[in-house]
Amino acid sequence: MKGSVLIKKEKTFAFFLLLPAFLFLAIFSIYPILYSFFLSFFKLSLWKNISVGAFVGFANYTALLRDKIALHSFLITFAFVIITTFFEILFGIVIALVMHNTFKWRGFIRAAILIPWAIPTVVSSQMWRFIFNDQYGFANFLLFGAHTDSYKAWLANPTLAFFSIAAADIWKSSSFAALIILAGLQIIPEDLYEAAKIDGASRWYQFIKITLPLLKPTILVALLFRTIDAFRVFDLVFVMTQGGPGDATNVLQFYGYKKIFAEGFVGYGSTISVIIFLIIFCLSLLYIRMLGKTLMEKRL
Amino acid sequence: MKNISYKLTFLLTTAVVVLVSIFPFLWFVSTSFKREIEISSIPPIFIPSFNMQFYQSTISNYDIFLYIKNSLLVAGCTTIITIFISSLAGYALACLKLKGKRLIMGIILASSMFPQISIAGPIWRILDFFGWLNCYQGLILPYVTLTLPLGIWILASFFDKLPKEIEEAAMIDGCSHIQVLLKIIAPLSLPGIFTASILVFIYAWNEFFFALLVMTEEKYRTLPVGIALFQGQYTMPWGEIAAASTIATIPLVILVMFFQKQIVSGLSAGAVKE
Repeated sequence: MKGSVLIKKEKTFAFFLLLPAFLFLAIFSIYPILYSFFLSFFKLSLWKNISVGAFVGFANYTALLRDKIALHSFLITFAFVIITTFFEILFGIVIALVMHNTFKWRGFIRAAILIPWAIPTVVSSQMWRFIFNDQYGFANFLLFGAHTDSYKAWLANPTLAFFSIAAADIWKSSSFAALIILAGLQIIPEDLYEAAKIDGASRWYQFIKITLPLLKPTILVALLFRTIDAFRVFDLVFVMTQGGPGDATNVLQFYGYKKIFAEGFVGYGSTISVIIFLIIFCLSLLYIRMLGKTLMEKRL
Repeated sequence: MKNISYKLTFLLTTAVVVLVSIFPFLWFVSTSFKREIEISSIPPIFIPSFNMQFYQSTISNYDIFLYIKNSLLVAGCTTIITIFISSLAGYALACLKLKGKRLIMGIILASSMFPQISIAGPIWRILDFFGWLNCYQGLILPYVTLTLPLGIWILASFFDKLPKEIEEAAMIDGCSHIQVLLKIIAPLSLPGIFTASILVFIYAWNEFFFALLVMTEEKYRTLPVGIALFQGQYTMPWGEIAAASTIATIPLVILVMFFQKQIVSGLSAGAVKE
């Protein structure tokens, strides 16, 4: 009898502890998402309140299907996500192996590797914009030396601009992928390698047969975080290209921002943002399914 | 023989990784100490003349101190509020009996994955309604929301690792939950709280998207917005941008140098099954 009173008291207490966090998430996260869904059925501009006449049903969605810029924006965002996450995971594994196996200068090497992650995205965007400068950028010097007539205007050419931004993103985020993968490396039991060594397995064979399979769930977690973050790319595009040249780097989040805040088409912009949300939502579900319970079962 | 070639490959890879990681930023730092003419020189000049001209100019022509003040204030307040609220929630999730924990953790994790643009319009409307655009609280409140999942996730996993026996012993001695939280859990969790604080601070210090939307007046700009919107009269003021960028990044480099262990452990909290 007394026990059940105690448990009830504990539940009430837990409820009050969770309340502030819940209020913040409800007001600034969950309500806004729902409100964006709502707004996507209206035709209205940023500075007006909703009136009944502004309701347009699914008109924004059908307009989106016919919007060539939006379609292009989808394609380049997907391309960006695939290219950057692929290289970030690949380099992430290499960097994680380096971080895991260094003993001399460990602190320095780890701190150096963390710098790209810690730097503000805006700073790294300006930095890469400077490196990709058409007249005196370091990228040009590295590739062409002093032959200034072969220098490329990286950010003024549609294809090159896209890859420049992808490169900047890969530089910045590979170390984050590495941090997650490192955590996975650290829990692989050492005796597995010992046993393999006794059997005469080469290092490469050990990596393929022991490390990679055991890393799979961690790699999936890294992949989940990186994919979602790549879909939300904004700062790089805002600073380096403003979506240009033409619409070559006009990624989804930047397009949505432009529609809502620069042009003031709140209804149409919300439609774009709803679509981005749905894509990310489906992707997360897919990953979480693949991961099964590993993500949360440990502690709860 | 085989071992030597393996070691060589490893050393070489390490060297390349470290070089690629730090060179671009060092290049920008070096740029900030150059003179105007050195910036556009071909071949490039690696060792600058350590001229402070661009730093002086960022102070006198651009309001760099104002940006620093705004950034410190916003990131500082965000960190304090987020850590306080996440400690409460983290304790409830890790140590108390509660139904639907996994669902709650799932919702918290999911909300950290929302694309900024999908919530930006409505948040803008809420802030506009309360007259909080171009106000510190107008940026701090969304930042607290955005960093809560990170804080709760790290702290919950930290609290969970604390030995349950200590709590139980305290409860038997007649401590209430509040007392357990304040007198036992909090002091034991200082390392975890510290780790979470560093990560939340870095997030708030670096955030750009909401800062751009909420702080439209020059007076309230944070460092990232200031750096993104640097404009020269005729040409790009690369020297000044590099100087401001160096100033904005130095605190982070210091944090990373001293606390890389905490950062690594904090970011991987919950990423792997132990």
